[in-house]
Amino acid sequence: MADKVLMKGNEAIAEAAILAGCRHYFGYPITPQTEIAAYMAKKMPKIGGCFLQAESEIAAINMVYGVSSTGKRVMTSSSSPGIALKSEGLSYLAGADLPAFIVNVQRGGPGLGGIQPSQSDYFQATRAGGHGDFRMIVLAPASVQEMADLTVKGFALADKYRMTAMVLADGTMGQMMEPVSLDFDIEPAPEKPWATTGTKLEREHNIVNSLFLAPEELEKFNFDRYERYKYIEENEAMYEEYLVDDADIVIAAFGIAARVSRSAVNEARKQGIKVGMIRPITLWPFPKAPFEKAAEHAKAFISVELSMGQMIEDVQLATKCKAPVTLCNRAGGMIPSPEQVLEAIKNAANGGAK
Amino acid sequence: MVVFDKPHALNDMPMHYCPGCTHGIIHRLVAEVLDELGIEGRAIGIAPVGCSVMAYNYFNCDMIEAAHGRAPAIATGVKRSDPENHVVFTYQGDGDLASIGMAETVHAAARNENITVIFVNNAIYGMTGGQMAPTSLPGQVTQTSPYGRDVNHCGYPIRVCEMLSQLEGPEYLERVTVNSVKNIRNAKKAIKKAFQNQLDGKGFSLVEVVSSCPTNWGMTPQAALKWIDDNMLPYYPLGVYKDRSAAKEEAK
Repeated sequence: MADKVLMKGNEAIAEAAILAGCRHYFGYPITPQTEIAAYMAKKMPKIGGCFLQAESEIAAINMVYGVSSTGKRVMTSSSSPGIALKSEGLSYLAGADLPAFIVNVQRGGPGLGGIQPSQSDYFQATRAGGHGDFRMIVLAPASVQEMADLTVKGFALADKYRMTAMVLADGTMGQMMEPVSLDFDIEPAPEKPWATTGTKLEREHNIVNSLFLAPEELEKFNFDRYERYKYIEENEAMYEEYLVDDADIVIAAFGIAARVSRSAVNEARKQGIKVGMIRPITLWPFPKAPFEKAAEHAKAFISVELSMGQMIEDVQLATKCKAPVTLCNRAGGMIPSPEQVLEAIKNAANGGAK
Repeated sequence: MVVFDKPHALNDMPMHYCPGCTHGIIHRLVAEVLDELGIEGRAIGIAPVGCSVMAYNYFNCDMIEAAHGRAPAIATGVKRSDPENHVVFTYQGDGDLASIGMAETVHAAARNENITVIFVNNAIYGMTGGQMAPTSLPGQVTQTSPYGRDVNHCGYPIRVCEMLSQLEGPEYLERVTVNSVKNIRNAKKAIKKAFQNQLDGKGFSLVEVVSSCPTNWGMTPQAALKWIDDNMLPYYPLGVYKDRSAAKEEAK
């Protein structure tokens, strides 16, 4: 087994990004993800890379747009209000079919909100990253190891599908320290014949663009893009199942909520309640298949979230409402306790989830 | 013998600009400079949102279309991705550069980002049909200042070169115009210098080109060129507002 190092989640993302071949980082300070920028500021100049603190989140995402246009791997990171500012750029990246890697270490909202952990940007990440029809691949780590793994994976997926891949973490994932293995097989970036690196007078000019004034043309781009999205939905969904096979009650949880829920599942099992958990690792594409399967035997689902209930809608859609889905949540930067989740499990076991 | 030809860096696509618009002249000057410096193959241009939004169709070099006002940030990314080889320019109007994109403009200048900025100032939003711009003159009638720009209500027009000249960062700032043959020649000189500065690694070089908009000013092209002399230039005087290298030379 490869050697492990003890790292903060945010640092694991930064180091994994460098290992994945990212040599350009642009960002604007915001809690609780500042360690990523700090790590990049230290490391990039020593490895021939570029760390640049942008004047705003808007400028940062457009610097990302610039580097991506030239075909190189590039990233930015932020936290909830900062991601909102980047949404213009996220839409333009999608419209120009540019790959990019983005990190959102979520904090409580809305507005300036707070700086404690949250999962309340689920809708923003999976539904409304910006204006227009588009999707982003959304990856939800539940350990420091996964912060690194999904960063490497995110760069590869972004290049493969020419779109934005986002790691949707939260303050706990960013701040906690755990042992990490950084032994990765890195997929080299594919050829990018569309990149704007200068024609060298050897080819027609390349244009990176999201403006298509003819509606027929713009419609075609949208349909083509959604063909690609369909393929991704069929091939890239990732999840972890825990004690689901015989479960009467199935918890849906990602990130820190999944770790809390796992403790609750273990305790409930000790008390003889047949409960399991499905942990989506990709939030888009949402892993519908395990929920469809579980809905054939489960009597109730519980969505455990650090929000007012956002993923719960995807659980309801995936289970086609064959069983009741209840919400067990905290919001505003609060984290559900294992006891709270256990209560929700017991309540569901007693038929309270009708 | 060829006495007049299209620059290689400009292609055959018919331009969408209104009759009498000076964008055509400015495009041509940029293309001539790309030709003369032999940098078309290394050049990457960033088009704005505004009348010149489709400039990406007209230049033969690689082109990127930016979100409104963000061209200097995108140019920063493109330049930093390969500073030795990429020759990067933005082409922006007054709304794009001096209103929605002012932060990107100021900070690219403050960083002395080694890029070339062509800033076309015609004191109006042309593409959207003639609204008041950050550079519309006091009293100027536009669609959104139908009684004339009231400076007590919506403030004063911004003199970009003068403002940026207060920064330590930028290398070169010059205001030119293209309303006569002589002025066009001077404009080309400035544009060429702004690209040469980038090749020499000197940093942020911005050329403000005072231009006309016959359509939205509601004038004939001829009258619009005269309006530049009579109204624009008194508020926006031509000249070099910063030239760090020249200042250093003088100091020697």
